[in-house]
Amino acid sequence: MIKTDTLPFYSNSEELSHIGNEEIRTFGFWIYLMSDIILFSVLFATYAILGRNYADGPTPKELFSLPYVFVETMFLLLSNASCSSVLLAAEASKKINVLSWLVVTFLLGVGFITMEVNEFYHMIMENNGPERSGFLSSFFTLVGTHGFHVVSGLIWIGVMIGQVVAKGITMPVRSRLMRLSMFWHFLDIVWVGVFTMVYLMGVL
Amino acid sequence: LKIFGKLSISEIPFDQPLTMGAVGGALFLGMIILGMITYYRKWPYLWKEWLTSVDHKKIGIMYIILALIMLLRGFADALMMRSQQAIAAGNSLGYLTPDHFNQVFSAHGTIMILFMAMPFLTGLMNIVVPQQIGARDVAFPFLNSVSLWLTAAGAMLVMGSLGIGEFSKTGWTGIAPLFEKEYSPGTGVDYWLWAVQIGGAGSILTGINFLVTIIKMRAPGLTLMRMPLFVWTSLTTTILVIFSFPVLSVALVLLALDRYLGMHFFTNDLGGNMMLYNNFFWMWGHPEVYIVILPAFGIFSEVVATFSGKRLFGYKSLVYATLAIMILSFMVWLHHFFTMGSSPGVNTFFGITTMMIAIPTGVKVFDWLLTMYRGRIRFTTPMYWTMGFLFTFVIGGMTGVLMSIPPADYVVHNSLFLVAHFHNMLIPGALFGFLAGYSYWFPKAIGFRLDEKWGKRAFWCWLVGFYLAFAPLYILGFMGMPRRIVHYWNLSWQPYLVVAAGGTILILIGIIFLGLQLFVSILKRHGNRDLTGDPWNGRTLEWTTSSPAAVYNFAVIPEVHGIDAFTELKEEGKAFQTPDHYEDILVPKNTVCGLIIGLTTFLFGFAMVWCIWWLAIFSILGAIFVIILRSVNDNIESIIPAEQVKQIEEKRYTQTGFANLQTPKNGLGL
Repeated sequence: MIKTDTLPFYSNSEELSHIGNEEIRTFGFWIYLMSDIILFSVLFATYAILGRNYADGPTPKELFSLPYVFVETMFLLLSNASCSSVLLAAEASKKINVLSWLVVTFLLGVGFITMEVNEFYHMIMENNGPERSGFLSSFFTLVGTHGFHVVSGLIWIGVMIGQVVAKGITMPVRSRLMRLSMFWHFLDIVWVGVFTMVYLMGVL
Repeated sequence: LKIFGKLSISEIPFDQPLTMGAVGGALFLGMIILGMITYYRKWPYLWKEWLTSVDHKKIGIMYIILALIMLLRGFADALMMRSQQAIAAGNSLGYLTPDHFNQVFSAHGTIMILFMAMPFLTGLMNIVVPQQIGARDVAFPFLNSVSLWLTAAGAMLVMGSLGIGEFSKTGWTGIAPLFEKEYSPGTGVDYWLWAVQIGGAGSILTGINFLVTIIKMRAPGLTLMRMPLFVWTSLTTTILVIFSFPVLSVALVLLALDRYLGMHFFTNDLGGNMMLYNNFFWMWGHPEVYIVILPAFGIFSEVVATFSGKRLFGYKSLVYATLAIMILSFMVWLHHFFTMGSSPGVNTFFGITTMMIAIPTGVKVFDWLLTMYRGRIRFTTPMYWTMGFLFTFVIGGMTGVLMSIPPADYVVHNSLFLVAHFHNMLIPGALFGFLAGYSYWFPKAIGFRLDEKWGKRAFWCWLVGFYLAFAPLYILGFMGMPRRIVHYWNLSWQPYLVVAAGGTILILIGIIFLGLQLFVSILKRHGNRDLTGDPWNGRTLEWTTSSPAAVYNFAVIPEVHGIDAFTELKEEGKAFQTPDHYEDILVPKNTVCGLIIGLTTFLFGFAMVWCIWWLAIFSILGAIFVIILRSVNDNIESIIPAEQVKQIEEKRYTQTGFANLQTPKNGLGL
């Protein structure tokens, strides 16, 4: 691999500049993920502080069903495995494999988000919506922000499917797939935190 | 169904002559400018060279223009507050209603911090950082343009609140639970919250962009411990931005959820927690102070070394002091609300960390003084600003240490003493620094020097005006006058407030002189033109490029062997040499996407303020659509062929001023 920290940004050799560019973009994406971590940690902190302010409303034990959330979690974990397979296929430049794994990831992600929306829907219908108490406000916001990220990821997967079909596995496309996978795995890590702090610690 | 949400013609404050006068004046001025652009057929030029540009130097200039415009707006608010308080004593109620006064002080703080200081420092970073590290561009030129237009969109929302609806009345920091729907049902808080949110998003993108630029794109040999101090302080600022701005974003989102969806984060019922807001706000707010001050410290370091003709004294100690301030700035936020009633242990912890910040800052002050010691000082305008800063900032620092003692803070909390203190930090600490940077790098950005005489006159008005305006506030604080009051009965306060108002008038004259300086300099630009690229006998890499620098900055990427890379080249007689050959250079193409994203985001903010849901949905979908369209585009760069690079560079080498420098005799500065 070419050392890029001493490489001028735009070299006259186009190939070099592309490698340098993609590395810079990936590094930039890491930094973005770090800022997103801060965002989530503030939401976790909010949940830690408001999470027991039930205001005579329902408590986690009454609201959450661990088996349901476990299935939901499995959807996301499996989608991460398939997302890794996307990268492996991209390394091997196998277009069909890339596309099929992207579709699998997309469907698993849709499964996850459908279950989450369903959970939210039932809670709101039973008058346990976010305006009920500080606990529910922070719950809906923390889990909802994660869900919002997953939806953004789904749109991104859709865009990448389009790009792979139209352009094939070019260098920019491969590096975009790489960043997509970083994003998707990041969401998985955040979900592990949500699952532990909100659901496990809330019910057990 | 109301298609315009809560918006109606009655929201325009026709009954307030003062506001309508300001709106009318702004619209009139805007019409004149637009008319002139049309008359002189400058629209294509403006479109191609500026609005769609992704060149970091042009983006920087646009940032600074935005900052200067917002400085005028924020200063107009200051004038109103000072004049109101100078007359509103006893039986006189002054000319502002409490309702209006509350909006004025809220707008003043919001504008000065987020839409004056932030764009000003971002503009200077844009112009200078890539050139100081020997890079041809920033890491993400397009993102840079998005940041600019997001900041402009936020500023436009604040300006829009003047003519349509109202602005927040809960201070620039927001007050829980006063800003909740129940207590502030109007649109003011919404304007504030969306303006700050959108501007803040722009700042996060800038932070990421410049962090990556500085880490990944330095010229060969430019190791971390050889970076110019301005690059160091910019680096720490970007780190602070990335760590702290997301906290503000979340706090504002939670407030929006409270206000729009009836949630309970900062409410005083159903499990909300009001102090949670204060903690979040100042977890951003305190680092924010250093976000605006640290780059100014970098500017002072560059200026003081250049105009003392010496290497910066204690370079390493300055770097470590900067890093120490960066880390400490995250450990002091609670000192903004000692009176919250935390346990003595907690207050003591934050009191001590606050005092500790004075240590690295003191190190810096001594380093700057010792750089000047035995230097051959040239008393230019940037140097004036620097010396004014050194004197004044130390006073502000001492009042800060005074307030870091929790029992003392209980006495002066929420008084004018505090107002005097933070203005004493931010005006010399940040604004004087930006103005020093403005006159120092103006020739680099524009191509000619600013007029020294008017610059110095402006400086004296600012300096004396500052003391007149804020020294009385310290005394008033001790006399027990609270901040943010529209009227008072204690007549013994009035003389001090009259003096303070006089100081504001002097600052106004200083601002007028800054305008005159620009005007006179443009008139005399042929005499002040900088043909060498090195008007001050500078020490760092940005002075090796032409003024203004070519779109690619460096035809050949320089190699660095030490601190003050350019001085070394000059001493070895290697500066101003023509390269043997030129290469093709890739530059990013212009794009309109940044402008569109800014525009749609502005519409989104406006629609959210007025609950025009269809517009909010369409504008945010529009922004997403543009982002996707841009992200799939692989054709975003064009090549400047070596032949053209050669032409551009040789044109520079044949200029008279530059030709004289080809001989070993170095740049003479003034």
